[in-house]
Amino acid sequence: MTVKTDHDIANELLKSTHTPLLEIRNLKVHFPVKDGFIIQRQVGTIKAVDGVNLIVHPGETLGLVGESGSGKTTIGRAVLKLEEATEGNILLEGKDITGLSGTALREGRRRLGMVFQDPFGSLNPRMSAGNLIGEPLKIHGLTSTKSEYRRRVAELLKLVGLNPLMAGRYPHEFSGGQRQRIGVARALASKPDVMVLDEPVSALDVSIQAQVINLIKDLQTEFGLAYIFIAHDLSVVRNISDRVAVMYLGKIVEIGSRDDIYNHPKHPYTQALLSAVPTANPELERNRERIVLEGDIPSPLNPPSGCVFRTRCPLATKECSTDVPELQSVSGNHRAACIKGDWYKSDSAGHGSDS
Amino acid sequence: MPILLDVKNLSTHFRSTLGTVKAVNDVSFVLHEGETLGLVGESGCGKSVTALSIMRLVPSPPGNIVNGKVIFDGQDLLTMTEEEMQAVRGRNIGMIFQEPMTSLNPVLTIGSQLEEPLKLHLGMTKQQSASRSKELLELVGIPDTETRLKSFPHQISGGQRQRVMIAMALSCEPKLLIADEATTALDVTIQAQILEIIKDLTDRLGTSVIIITHNLGVVARYADSVNVMYAGRIREYGNLDQVYKEPKHPYTVGLLNSVPTLDLDANLRLEPIRGEIPNLTDLPEGCAFIDRCDYAVPLCEKSDPELIEIDRAHFGACWEHERVNRLIPGVTS
Repeated sequence: MTVKTDHDIANELLKSTHTPLLEIRNLKVHFPVKDGFIIQRQVGTIKAVDGVNLIVHPGETLGLVGESGSGKTTIGRAVLKLEEATEGNILLEGKDITGLSGTALREGRRRLGMVFQDPFGSLNPRMSAGNLIGEPLKIHGLTSTKSEYRRRVAELLKLVGLNPLMAGRYPHEFSGGQRQRIGVARALASKPDVMVLDEPVSALDVSIQAQVINLIKDLQTEFGLAYIFIAHDLSVVRNISDRVAVMYLGKIVEIGSRDDIYNHPKHPYTQALLSAVPTANPELERNRERIVLEGDIPSPLNPPSGCVFRTRCPLATKECSTDVPELQSVSGNHRAACIKGDWYKSDSAGHGSDS
Repeated sequence: MPILLDVKNLSTHFRSTLGTVKAVNDVSFVLHEGETLGLVGESGCGKSVTALSIMRLVPSPPGNIVNGKVIFDGQDLLTMTEEEMQAVRGRNIGMIFQEPMTSLNPVLTIGSQLEEPLKLHLGMTKQQSASRSKELLELVGIPDTETRLKSFPHQISGGQRQRVMIAMALSCEPKLLIADEATTALDVTIQAQILEIIKDLTDRLGTSVIIITHNLGVVARYADSVNVMYAGRIREYGNLDQVYKEPKHPYTVGLLNSVPTLDLDANLRLEPIRGEIPNLTDLPEGCAFIDRCDYAVPLCEKSDPELIEIDRAHFGACWEHERVNRLIPGVTS
């Protein structure tokens, strides 16, 4: 029920005048598939991300949704250069960070934080909570004295709702929700501008999920952080995102404001995805029509020709197997890629590629 | 509708180095013929152990069914011999587990795994079971059945494996199907496919279903009634509208308010339940929800409330149930 806060208004002003905080240009991440003993031959390519353009503005949350194999996690990892981009560029405040290495890469990474999905696998079990949170401070040389270091660690613990006295404890002594808080504190330590959150709540129980979602939102308001929020849970993404991009087999099929995507979905995949989510409202569920998609997600090793969604699409016709749909504007910044859409102009002369 | 399953005062405990874990603690409920019951709760609430206890599959040691009766179709399953029980499992009660990879045998073909219960329980011959297996796969929507029957589990996708599990569980047309987080590991669009198949087939066969899940949406769509479990006990039971619209237990209210759903205002702030799930080896004497509850009174500390009928066929276990209510934000009633 929040109305526009000063923070929102300030962001809108920023968006209209400044270069985007983070820009992903025509990103492609391809993984070679090798076979053979001793002499390895490349037998195929998995196009995990295949030509993605995205923009993240300061202080906003961009939700990235899609099913397994859609490439959403790979985008997040490529932003932090945890995955090498095959093609394309990643720009931080207009500066290309794709080719950086050494000190320059470290400085770039300072401004980018990442929270991983699995709170059990992503924290070194042999490091105490305090050391885990303090590690980025040391790496980036952000504190000069020992007492400053300790103060900052305590501050970070408090920020994520943990008792600073817990700094000496090890990951196994914390619950899943608490561990994810440590993960958030660790990402926050280097004072990043953009944080990539990869399924940060999907491993948690529902009552704990809400605690962590609220924490993430509060930190955004407090520090003006920009988020790339990656999740498969459409209800969670709706609750946290300003804009949403829907992915399928390495491509963005629809992107727009939260209301565009959830209230006026245009792409048949987005529509099916939304109708597949059961809501906790028995009355609504009784009267709801469902679009049940047929078949499985195709193998990314051998994606369909033309539109990647056509093998499961209720609207697909012959042209869909030859024409590769582009993201075209439905209205304003709401874009979708489907040649069957009434907004779609088949002469792809005037299409916009950025978003 | 006649009662198919009557669980009475079921308690299942696990021994551990830290003490006895009361995973299921005095649980009672009934399931009618043709009814679909949702069993919801978070990890450790005892929903899976309840199902395993009904099937007599609790690993022992360390687990032990210490008390109770499970009357299925007029017979107490807990007093049966292991041999008698084997004739019930797969024949009268089918079960689908969460992880389709680990619940299928990796070294046997799909065909031979499908044929096994048919030969064992229904006494079919090799030819009969082979042709029935083919029919079953078609029934759950698997294309190219000839090849699939000869495939091994690792050669098919997760969604396909879960379809095979459904075909196996329903192959002997059981009276009861237990689906334990059957779609949790699957993608949303595949989850929808699988749930629709389960619903369609069980409707046709008149099978009663117990859906075990943490997803309140799945229950809202597929169940008739719902049991809410917390720390080993049922805290609330009723039909869907009763439990979702007029919950009588603060935990149910907390669960409903902490999940974002597509039908509520997108800007709504979630209201999480504070604190953490209590340690099952060290439960308080009174109500186990007390530390996280907004309605707690001194009585809750001393005595754990029983599950009582508050409204017609709507049960709750809370001393303060009269004060409990769910204000749905943004919805004026």
